[in-house]
Amino acid sequence: MSDVLSAPMVVEFPFTRSLGPVQSAFLTGLRARTVLGVRTTAGTVLVPPVEYDPETAAELRDLVEVAATGTVTTWAWNPAPRRGQPLDTPFAWVLVRLDGADTALLHALDAPGPDAVRTGLRVRVRWAAERTGAITDIACFEAYEGEPYGGEPTYRQAVPHSGEFTGDAVTGVVAPARLDYTYTPGRAQTAYLAALAERRAVGERCPRCRKVYVPPRGACPTCGVATTEQVEVGPRGTVTTFCVVNIKAKNLDIEVPYVYAHIALDGADLALHGRIGGIPYDQVRMGLRVEPVWTEDGRHPDHYRPTGEPDADYDTYKELL
Amino acid sequence: MTGEFTGAPRDVAIVACAQSDHRRRTDELSEVEMLMPVLHEVLERTGLTTADIGFTCSGSSDYLAGRAFSFTLALDGVGAWPPISESHVEMDGAWALYEAWIKLLTGEADTALVYAYGKSSPGSVRDVLTRQLDPYYAAPLWPDSVALAALQAQALLDAGHADEPALAAVAARSRDAAADNAHAQLRGARPQGEYVVRPLRTGDCPPVGDGAVAVVLSAGDRARALCARPAWIRGMDHRVEAHSLGVRDLTDSPSTRLAAERAGAFVRPVDTAELHAPFTSQEVVLRRALRLDDGVLVNPSGGALAANPVMAAGLIRVAEAAGRVHRGASDRALAHATSGPCLQQNLVAVLEGESRV
Repeated sequence: MSDVLSAPMVVEFPFTRSLGPVQSAFLTGLRARTVLGVRTTAGTVLVPPVEYDPETAAELRDLVEVAATGTVTTWAWNPAPRRGQPLDTPFAWVLVRLDGADTALLHALDAPGPDAVRTGLRVRVRWAAERTGAITDIACFEAYEGEPYGGEPTYRQAVPHSGEFTGDAVTGVVAPARLDYTYTPGRAQTAYLAALAERRAVGERCPRCRKVYVPPRGACPTCGVATTEQVEVGPRGTVTTFCVVNIKAKNLDIEVPYVYAHIALDGADLALHGRIGGIPYDQVRMGLRVEPVWTEDGRHPDHYRPTGEPDADYDTYKELL
Repeated sequence: MTGEFTGAPRDVAIVACAQSDHRRRTDELSEVEMLMPVLHEVLERTGLTTADIGFTCSGSSDYLAGRAFSFTLALDGVGAWPPISESHVEMDGAWALYEAWIKLLTGEADTALVYAYGKSSPGSVRDVLTRQLDPYYAAPLWPDSVALAALQAQALLDAGHADEPALAAVAARSRDAAADNAHAQLRGARPQGEYVVRPLRTGDCPPVGDGAVAVVLSAGDRARALCARPAWIRGMDHRVEAHSLGVRDLTDSPSTRLAAERAGAFVRPVDTAELHAPFTSQEVVLRRALRLDDGVLVNPSGGALAANPVMAAGLIRVAEAAGRVHRGASDRALAHATSGPCLQQNLVAVLEGESRV
């Protein structure tokens, strides 16, 4: 079906998360080019550190410092980096056991090609130039065969650490999340939107209960069967219930107060939503007869205004409340 | 939770299954439009109507759809009036099955409808799945699902548990088996292709696609009335491992083994195993964890390598195993479902048919 509508849809928002004491110390440490781990009651050093033992669930607070050098425990060559990944040239994903740690950290390894990577490879941290207290303060790892890097301490044993650093501790992270979609509304809603483009409203009738749904979503939510018979409804309708909105919505150029209503289009068995205009907000009432008002290039009614007809009798719409 | 009960629990069986044809895209269908025929088919097989169902449970993910509470729209296809008893897991439908099974065991319902669906086509499932990772240390790096599976695969190669030809053989056997599966998305011989993330090639990775599955559960004699040969759930259990990959031994799956043990899988040998292994390397891990020898028929459906609608593929494994019991092709089958990166969470169900006279 080539006439199905589709449109790009981006879901994007920053997740703001607070940190526990161990995570806070770890990320504050990265800002100061120091890698911290946490020691379990069994004596194992976890890097990256967590606040509860993954085996016993015991609370963990015993911070230790480990080296910025380590060994690759497994790797995977990524020939085509994706958005958001640490490097934009081909790189290896690696799990690295830092010297002094017993567990491995996930990150990227900058290498010229897969032949330069192997399990057991010695690597060191390449710090990001700008560090904010995030896992990305480690820009990536790089192969390291020679002398210690930039005066970093070289030890194989984790050493106790207070977890305190100069400056304010990092207490939260903001994790931007963006996912891109191509939204396709399916057959029923495509038909509805296509009709709207011609300034018509169409619903679909349930073959079992005979109710007409607007907008149609392809299924009768009462009977659980496909709605198939298309029915033209409106354009006029009846206000079944309403509310007065007193809070101005962001990015919405509508003066408050205004009325938002449920409107049962003539021939429909379900009310849809719409704004009521062309009448003072405090004169809108149940039973008010309305019609859609379209703007020049609008793809849906901008609002509904009174038709001037007498109000509908309550009995004609009480089932649609 | 454990699959072991004291006292005399009710016998619960899967009595009917249905699934969609799994396809790369279903642009012409909304989620409910994709799901509804599957729901109708599974009910028709039992002669039940929505009103006869005591409990309804579903599995899906809002992140696939990019819309909050997207599962509530899918409920339109169930027929939720008069009001129904309903629940949802933001996981593979196999976990919805577990919830329904408990509901029936406790006697709170006599029949249950369990369904799951996933439309991966609107987004990029590799990116979407990064959002299930820990938000402090992993998610900011956007390691995609293939990359994480590739780390596991390399660990497997390093440990000597497999080599690339062995992985290719898993891919070939799965797609060959899928030739007989009319619902599968990828059927018949296919080239292994180039590396997606080395050491995993195209052939080692599951297809991305859309699909839905539904099963009906019933208890005791009701199950016998609804199905000539019910697939009795002899045990079911699920276990989880540490989230952090660097803490786990990626070459093993202790959670699968423990779940299988608690589900009674090792009491007697199974003849069939439907394993939810989206990557070839994961089948190697699961076979070892479950101690499956060559006498066990593994993934006669083609498995997740032939069709992997995310959030439905695990429940499809259960449905495929149950279907073989229904048809008399299996007497005792194991079904496995996974969730999370690198087999983090695992569910095992053991299904049996009553002995035939």
